[in-house]
Amino acid sequence: MEKFTQIRSTAIPLPIEDVDTDQIIPARFLKATTREGFGDNLFRDWRYTSDGQQKTDFVLNNPTYQGQILVAGKNFGCGSSREHAAWALYDYGFRVVVSSFFADIFRGNALNNGLLPVQVTPEALHAILQAIEQDPATDFVVDLENQTFTLPATGLEASFDIDPFRKICMINGYDDIDYLLSLKSEIEAFEHAQ
Amino acid sequence: MSKTLFDKIWDAHVIKVAEGGLDVLYIDRHFIHEVTSPQAFDGLKQRNLPVFRPLQTIATADHNVPTKDQHLPIQEKLSRDQVEKLRENCREFGLELYDLGHPYQGIVHVIGPELGITQPGMTIVCGDSHTSTHGAFGTIAFGIGTSQVEQVMATQCLLQRKPKCMRITVDGALQDGVLSKDIILYIISKLTAAGGTGYFVEYAGSAIRALSMEARMTICNMSIEMGARGGLIAPDATTFEYVRGRKFAPQGADFEAAVSKWEQLYTDVDAQFDLEYHFDASEIGPMLTYGTNPGMGIAVSEHVPDMALPGDSPVSFDKSLTYMGFKAGESLLGKTIHHVFIGSCTNSRIEDLRLVAEFIQGKQKAGHVQVMVVPGSQQVAQQAIAEGLDKIFSDAGFDFREPGCSACLGMNEDKIPAGAYCVSTSNRNFEGRQGPGARTILASPLTAAAVALAGKIVDVRVHFNQN
Ligand code: SF4
Repeated sequence: MEKFTQIRSTAIPLPIEDVDTDQIIPARFLKATTREGFGDNLFRDWRYTSDGQQKTDFVLNNPTYQGQILVAGKNFGCGSSREHAAWALYDYGFRVVVSSFFADIFRGNALNNGLLPVQVTPEALHAILQAIEQDPATDFVVDLENQTFTLPATGLEASFDIDPFRKICMINGYDDIDYLLSLKSEIEAFEHAQ
Repeated sequence: MSKTLFDKIWDAHVIKVAEGGLDVLYIDRHFIHEVTSPQAFDGLKQRNLPVFRPLQTIATADHNVPTKDQHLPIQEKLSRDQVEKLRENCREFGLELYDLGHPYQGIVHVIGPELGITQPGMTIVCGDSHTSTHGAFGTIAFGIGTSQVEQVMATQCLLQRKPKCMRITVDGALQDGVLSKDIILYIISKLTAAGGTGYFVEYAGSAIRALSMEARMTICNMSIEMGARGGLIAPDATTFEYVRGRKFAPQGADFEAAVSKWEQLYTDVDAQFDLEYHFDASEIGPMLTYGTNPGMGIAVSEHVPDMALPGDSPVSFDKSLTYMGFKAGESLLGKTIHHVFIGSCTNSRIEDLRLVAEFIQGKQKAGHVQVMVVPGSQQVAQQAIAEGLDKIFSDAGFDFREPGCSACLGMNEDKIPAGAYCVSTSNRNFEGRQGPGARTILASPLTAAAVALAGKIVDVRVHFNQN
């Protein structure tokens, strides 16, 4: 996993609630057996018509909005447990998703793949969306160490929570699996005791 | 100290508390399928690791499989490749695979219980959010991502923060024509699609106790649709009788010994929950969804809400109704329907098929409707055939197919055309879930059967009140 400490980037607004993982990456694109390339089909049915034409009204097709930060409505990532959703967002170039609420499994999958879920209050989310609307070129700074999401242009600052263990993993690029593998004898002892 | 059912099972599986306060949770059973496993197997290969406990790992092919002519090679190349990859991986890592054509093949959440692999008190995971289904047996069962699939294959453990616990109590008797599917759609409509996030749910109350195991599985299956990681129900005599004699269940004296342990699995009287809800079963009608998430549900006799609920975005509400082609405030009764899907891990078990068959026996589907009935497993299919249900379906003009996930998700050949309505017994009405542009209306198997006969949305209670 890539390390994550701080990024500065413009943001892309997607003020839709309950964005489910079937929208992020529809099931018919889950047939690959590797982790790469899912970005091409990110938000496939919102981005393209059935005959493969770009839908100009969808935000990812609007050159005004660019960046590594996606700002979405509440309950982002609900539905299927497919980790492909996190892979697709990451592969497309996102490193941060901001929302006022994340679905559990998505949050875990994102954290396991170096994609930072930043949960802010509904008021802060509203202010962030407004700031993007007013100036799509405005930069945001996401600082994981200090757990802050700031808008240097206006001084707006939101803090966010993250599980302390997950934070260390993200900053250092650690995977859970290394830790779990180190417990082998304890796991075997537990099994014997059953 | 008093404990909830959830606490009892969780605490018994914590090997240690890791730095940072996460629990190292031991996993008793791991189910895998073709979609969410290939990258996990690759991870093992890269690290040169075996599957740590192959006997606790059970594989099947379900998502990509065609539901016609399963004896022939899968037509679509990418689907075929993914199933082939699963075969290769299971051979290489020494895992049991219930492959196409195997008498135990089927949807992963249907076969675990019917084979007796799922037993009370266990922890069970699968790279699939509807793993919550297994909670009906008093297990902690939840869906995981592919990175975690790899972790469980490598170590039989996961790092987890213990979730909060919610209890939903449903008391009273259900109206005729109302099923457990209606209970759970009703609960989700009250709590919303995010109302259970961060929680594990225990379902309790006389209405839940009165349900069969299969009906309980339908409830636990959809826990994820309100955002909960899982749902569980305390095991009781109904549970033990269901498990007794199944292929991988303990047998004879071992079974009796297991039951005496399982009998300890209940929530202590004064145990505390983080959140509690109470519902009255008699107030629940046959449910339908009108929008694009499972929280957007109403009783068939109610109208689509006039506006988004307080706190919800009007933009999302409008987008949802536009996608569905419904108007705020209208009734769905009488809407013409062209597709009915009876299947999925929510409602494809033998009791579901029996209920539908009994309801439609001697009748004909409406001419314009296409009806798919897809059994959840080979065993369900064989049982249905042995009972002559297949004949009842074909006489009524229903298409009785071979087992798999089918039109629950647009991943195999079974899809609903763009713009068409499908009354479906599955669990998700997301945009495009049943095929690009498809419009899904979630409902119970009885409502689906009644719609298939009428060709339009009807209140199935009318039929019961006549008799
Ligand atoms: S039937 Fe549907 S919900 Fe169930 S496992 Fe298959 S695809 Fe998932």
